[in-house]
Amino acid sequence: MSTTARERPIKVVLAKPGLDGHDQGAKVVVRALLAAGMEVIYTGLRQTPEAVTQIALEEDVDVIALSSMAGSHLAFCRRLKPLLDDAGLDDKLWIIGGNLPRQDHEALRALGFAGVFPTGSRLDDITAFIESHAGDALRKLEDTHS
Amino acid sequence: MNDRLPPDIAAVVNESGISIQPLYTGDDVAASGGLSMLGLPGEYPFTRGIHPLMFRKQPWTMRQYTGFGNAADTNARFKYLIANGQTGLNVAFDLPTQCGMDSDDPQAEGEVGRVGMAVDTLRDFETAFDGIDLDRITVSLTINGAAAILIAMYLAMAERRGFDLRKLRGTAQNDILKEFIGRGTWIFPVEPSLKLVGDTIEYCAEHAPKYSPVSVCGYHIRESGANPAQEMAYAFCIACAYADEVLRRGMAIDEFAGRLSFNFNIFGNLFEQVAKFRAGRGLWAKIVHERYAAQKPGSMWLRMIAGGGGSGLTHEQPELNIVRGAYYALISALSGAQTMALCCYDEAYTIPSAYAQRISLRTMQLLIEEMGLCDTVDPLGGSYYIETLTNQMRSEMENVVADVDARGGIVSLIASGAIQSQVSAQAYRRQRDLESGRMRKVGVNCYRTEGEDPQVEFHPYDAADARAQVARLADVRTTRDNAAVARSLDEVRRAVSEGVNTMPAIVTAVKAYASVGEITAVLTAVVGRYREPVRFED
Repeated sequence: MSTTARERPIKVVLAKPGLDGHDQGAKVVVRALLAAGMEVIYTGLRQTPEAVTQIALEEDVDVIALSSMAGSHLAFCRRLKPLLDDAGLDDKLWIIGGNLPRQDHEALRALGFAGVFPTGSRLDDITAFIESHAGDALRKLEDTHS
Repeated sequence: MNDRLPPDIAAVVNESGISIQPLYTGDDVAASGGLSMLGLPGEYPFTRGIHPLMFRKQPWTMRQYTGFGNAADTNARFKYLIANGQTGLNVAFDLPTQCGMDSDDPQAEGEVGRVGMAVDTLRDFETAFDGIDLDRITVSLTINGAAAILIAMYLAMAERRGFDLRKLRGTAQNDILKEFIGRGTWIFPVEPSLKLVGDTIEYCAEHAPKYSPVSVCGYHIRESGANPAQEMAYAFCIACAYADEVLRRGMAIDEFAGRLSFNFNIFGNLFEQVAKFRAGRGLWAKIVHERYAAQKPGSMWLRMIAGGGGSGLTHEQPELNIVRGAYYALISALSGAQTMALCCYDEAYTIPSAYAQRISLRTMQLLIEEMGLCDTVDPLGGSYYIETLTNQMRSEMENVVADVDARGGIVSLIASGAIQSQVSAQAYRRQRDLESGRMRKVGVNCYRTEGEDPQVEFHPYDAADARAQVARLADVRTTRDNAAVARSLDEVRRAVSEGVNTMPAIVTAVKAYASVGEITAVLTAVVGRYREPVRFED
């Protein structure tokens, strides 16, 4: 099967991990993704790695996105990665944005976060990245199932 | 002239939606309402200042937001800032403390001591304020969801050190309604949260009458996307909600309104900001006088901390934030705020270094010592532009307050998520305006420098510190009188279940070294937890 036209909109879960309450940026990104035609499940604050995994699984999302402003991103992502892997969500697109020091970007990518969007990233760059890479993930999936 | 603007001159509209003219005269002042709300400093409606002599008598209090790691580390930084001339403290707590969790809570993993000082029990407060003269240095606690517990700890610590609670000054942020709009360290549902704020106001009025139990924050509402007029108007609506809660209990407005304080944001247009503060002073006085029939002048004072806001600062070219901070401090001084704090230049990256904090402190000291900002009260008063804009900003704030009242009041608008949705829609439009260049931001969408690596010293985070904090908590749990703790927690449970003021029981519990997490667990078992409404309307 080689569908190029998408049968449904890209579905994203956007989560606020940990205890960080700074959600202005996350909500702005939600609005940008909605405006780009995506379906977005915004989790609200205080999500545990287990909760993020469960929501992603139940909602059958294409993209798992995190927004972290308070410095605990690496600790959280290290706990999240094995849960996502075990749940079979390793073929989804994982991205993260927020207050992410440059020296942590490589570690985040190594953990499987293909898109790293530090403070100052443009909304259009985020949506464009999701549109192209979630597409890759979907096509890859469709190829293996065909 | 204003009606004959040449077609090639672009219109200017400030963030609050007010059209700005190229020239102002006395006619504009008259057309905007004249000078009827001006008065003199220290006199109703206090537009020009709440005190007759303002900074001529005493410069603003300098109160940088500080706290990280554990109580001992934070105590050392407090002493460094005081030694450098800081005149107040503003304490940052880590997220577990702010969310009512102990350092050994599984959800606290990776967060203990990260964005502020970790506090589990009274022992941490004893360490944090050791050697600090609480009569001379007033302390502001940036705590909201867990405020009742931390206010109790502060009062208990001060009392044990021999300070007279009847004379003790200080402030707790304790503004939970704004926490539902932005910042997010809520714990309990809206109504029980409001009741806890009422408990603290009532308790402090009786036991610590000079302590300010609430600092209503327009600051974070602005950070979440509100414009400057909304920032102030929403804060007033929230302050009224707290006042209504306490009035329902039978207190008189003049018994507590004098201890309400405020926290406002500064970034954006200089003149709009100055007009905002002048307008807000007049409007708050009018609300307290006309709506609540207050008689004491002190009840009508808009006492406030005003600070350079995080949203004004940039990740790009962070050294420019030093310059922005200087302008924000100038605005605060021109606006007559009694207390000032500045976000530091490195704050878009990390917890501020001691060096960055000292620069912010020196920025304020420069204005006092070199620039003459303390010489004269309300130095911009009488400017055609400032007086017109002050009138227009006040009218706009009154419109926002009337709109909130017409839509059912601020409490229900927050509980339903309507305000949150509205400000986030505005934040989204502002971000689009920044990315399109319609709103200019130096270093971000104009005058960018590519390829420079900013010189920022990252604050270290060591997981060993968190383990040490957990060990200290375990030590307190084994050395305290656990039977007394259990009895005191039963009393907290009884008070919250019966709907009486919880503060006496919470004070007893913290004195027995019950922890933040233990007391919070008792409260949530009775009143439940907040569930966030998720709305994304335009």
